[in-house]
Amino acid sequence: MTALTLVAAVLAVATLGAALMALTTRSTAIAVLSAGLVSLFASVLFLLLAAPDVAMTEAAIGSGLTTFLFFFVLGRIRREGSK
Amino acid sequence: MTTRSFIPLVLLALLGTVFFALFVGFTPDETLNRTASYYATQTVPETGAQNVVTAIIVTYRGLDTLGEVTVLFLTAAIVGLVLAQSKAPKGRSGSGFLPSGELLTTGTRMLVPVILLFGAYVFANGHLTPGGGFQGGAIVASGLLLMLLADPAERFSHRLISRIESSAGLIYVILGLLGMIFAGGFLDNRILPLGWFGSVFSAGAIPLIYILIGLKVGAEFSSILTSLEDTEDAQ
Amino acid sequence: MMLSQIAMALGFSLILLGLYGALTNRDIIRMIVSFTIASTGVNVVLVSVGYLPGRSAPILDEAVPVAEAATRITDPVPQALVLTAIVIGLGVTALMLAYAYRLFRARGSLDISDFTELKW
Repeated sequence: MTALTLVAAVLAVATLGAALMALTTRSTAIAVLSAGLVSLFASVLFLLLAAPDVAMTEAAIGSGLTTFLFFFVLGRIRREGSK
Repeated sequence: MTTRSFIPLVLLALLGTVFFALFVGFTPDETLNRTASYYATQTVPETGAQNVVTAIIVTYRGLDTLGEVTVLFLTAAIVGLVLAQSKAPKGRSGSGFLPSGELLTTGTRMLVPVILLFGAYVFANGHLTPGGGFQGGAIVASGLLLMLLADPAERFSHRLISRIESSAGLIYVILGLLGMIFAGGFLDNRILPLGWFGSVFSAGAIPLIYILIGLKVGAEFSSILTSLEDTEDAQ
Repeated sequence: MMLSQIAMALGFSLILLGLYGALTNRDIIRMIVSFTIASTGVNVVLVSVGYLPGRSAPILDEAVPVAEAATRITDPVPQALVLTAIVIGLGVTALMLAYAYRLFRARGSLDISDFTELKW
């Protein structure tokens, strides 16, 4: 088992952990953050899989803009729900 | 366990069996398949691009990319349409957030030009380094996002965004048609000289097309963000 | 296990986890979160199929001379596919969120069991 495979295995475990957290946590905000974390870990994995283009896209769009969109809508819903 | 949570588990177990069979039957290839080795050997003589992924996206599968930015345009338009009824009247802060502090405002003023410049760098160098129109467009949209966060009351001109978006799309299609007239086919990049391999002004029309894609994607993301921003609280 | 097999196993698990979350959650926002996890899983599987052990990224610079390209780079086609899939994924997520927001405005609730008009 080479160092690269070891790093990938650790990353895979971390990604699965983040995904499980996104599904089991009670708080929606933590779920959104964990889904962003899954994307971020996946983008590192893409880098290991020799796909730098995909890694860049996933980091910028998958974990950046998507998480922001979720929080934007969540914030609106919170504010209107509390009225 | 009730049937409600039982049925999804059964479905997922079936799907998992399929996935497991696929996973067990998978052996990684030792060599590239025919399509991939064509791209690997012919990219440089035919397109002059260093980044093979860019060459595939912009020239070989350029029509698919045109379809893709069209899909993105449609989603931006539908998001605008869905949220149009709850749009805030002019001059009022849509989101109702308080203006942010001095730190964020000053930081935004300093950072936004740099972010926009970095986005432009990423999409102009798409044929040389990892990156390109989609990543650059996302970076440009994140600069605009920072401006929205710093001053929630600020309204961006939808007209300007849609002008940029539609003119980029129009020039993209015209470049594709020029490829049919002067070179081998729709979206052929050889309408411009291929240039010196590895320099910024090389690979024919690829940098030009990717800049247009970057502008279009950035404008579409910005349009999604601003139409979310413009909505108003329910009474 | 090899790198591509680890990545593929992870991708399949993410798809299953995401679909499980989408099927069992009652909150619409949580369903959308689960969908984004599943779509990340699909992307990981696709990229791992294109990975060839020991090869480098499909960029032909000093490290990978043009003449040796066919024996030194990984498969670029799945990468191009996934690149577009990620961008479309954001568009679809934005669309789902906009609809969820409209549903909340119309009914004041995000629980899927409150929307029973199409149920039979």
